[in-house]
Amino acid sequence: MSTLEENAGPVLDPTSDFNIFDPEFVRDPYPTMHDIRESKCPIAHSERWGGSWFPTRYEDVVAIAQEHETFTSRDIVVVPRAAAAEGAYAGVAAPPITSDPPDHHWHRRLILPVFAPQAVAKYEQSTRDLCNQLIDKFIDKGHADAATDYAQQIPVRVIATMLGVPVEMSDEFTSWVRGVLEIGLTDPKVRLENRINIISFFKQQLEDRKANPRENDLITDLLNSGDKYPVTDQYVMGVCNLMLVAGIDTTWSAIGSSLWHLAQHPEHCERLRSTPELWATAIEELLRAYSPVTMARIVDHDTEFQGCPMKAGDRILMSFPAANRDPRQFDNPDEVILDREHNRHVAFGSGIHRCAGSNLARLELRVALQVWLERIPKFSLVDPASVTWAGGQVHGPRICNVRF
Amino acid sequence: MRVKVDADSCQGQQMCSIAAPEVFGSDELGHATVLITGDLPAELHTKARRAQANCPEDAIIIEE
Ligand code: HEM
Ligand code: SF4
Repeated sequence: MSTLEENAGPVLDPTSDFNIFDPEFVRDPYPTMHDIRESKCPIAHSERWGGSWFPTRYEDVVAIAQEHETFTSRDIVVVPRAAAAEGAYAGVAAPPITSDPPDHHWHRRLILPVFAPQAVAKYEQSTRDLCNQLIDKFIDKGHADAATDYAQQIPVRVIATMLGVPVEMSDEFTSWVRGVLEIGLTDPKVRLENRINIISFFKQQLEDRKANPRENDLITDLLNSGDKYPVTDQYVMGVCNLMLVAGIDTTWSAIGSSLWHLAQHPEHCERLRSTPELWATAIEELLRAYSPVTMARIVDHDTEFQGCPMKAGDRILMSFPAANRDPRQFDNPDEVILDREHNRHVAFGSGIHRCAGSNLARLELRVALQVWLERIPKFSLVDPASVTWAGGQVHGPRICNVRF
Repeated sequence: MRVKVDADSCQGQQMCSIAAPEVFGSDELGHATVLITGDLPAELHTKARRAQANCPEDAIIIEE
């Protein structure tokens, strides 16, 4: 049950048969989320893709995220792993995202300092320069693919810089990450292949740092933290793996969706340009409305949650995107309100796994949009129907042609 | 009005410092710190309440 063909077929009732890879759901998931949320079963269940639960109300998603003892992170991918065979790298996970307490605490603690607001601020200028260079390449043409030519190019370079790995390899990193998180979700062979690419790349990087330790280098510092915590090579490879996977597709999707939105809302472009104070709330609002990330949880022991009989081993899809459009929590949830005051959104999750990279993600999103609007104040979609989307774990546009 | 952050609940999301940068800062792990530990001046009350309403972990405590 792990390919598109095996899981295709019309969805008759989304509360008992939703399909997260249904092309229509991938393109525009919000109407289905709404139907499920307002039905008698706001926690839907489907046998497709190995079976999963799909809570759609804010309150339920947050409650499950907070109950980390019952709803564990031992697998956070939205579809089951097809083959246990992951070769030599079977043991490399993605700490802290795949860690449960008690280890989760130090797995997270060790990487937090590089993501604090003061620590990520130093990437602002280089991100701004990067955005300008990207725009230089297409501004004279009068059109561009906002997803591929712009959004996709930004986060990968920031993360490569942070990890101290060659920025010139950005295209390869991007294709590996898409192999794991996008194409690989419905094609187990692609997923395994790219996972091996990522882990073997970082294995070499680790060997290199052991032979030639560097100053102010994340990988060197992690390898040298053994005096404080029981750090292993597997942990360091896992962290690097996660930073690449969690840092690229997610942020690129957020930038892409935001540009897709702005392309259709010239009045929002205008307001952001004339009222710079709006940026802080606008970024949070765009993250809320177009939350890219859905994570999974695995039920630890048989339990009943809101009347749903959940069995040990069941998969739950934590639809942060659905939670963020719950009218019980947000007034006019389907509307983008740039100065929304009360916005307790969960685009970055909730509870102990709350996104460690959120300050970096916000910075990248803000700078990417600011530079775009400075250089290209007026732009529109070439053809709304030609925009393509990725979905499942990370939702965002993959081709988004705009003209200016 | 005084504000406190429940360090056990705070997950370092920084929605508080976005809503009220005068009142909340961040430590070296990104967790929230309170910049004004005494009484908040009246003009910051609304911002502090907004920060509380935006903290996804309900980690901000306001004592009136
Ligand atoms: C807009 C962009 C992003 C979004 C929407 C996002 C979303 C999320 C979400 C929802 C989680 C929670 C996972 C769970 O509950 O299982 C998470 C965790 C995490 N994210 Fe992000 N993320 C983004 C960007 C980044 C970036 C740029 C990085 C930096 C490398 C990053 C690193 C992490 C890490 C390390 C965790 C694991 C935290 C833990 O388990 O303790 N993320 N992210
Ligand atoms: S918003 Fe809440 S969780 Fe986030 S840093 Fe502030 S107090 Fe902590």
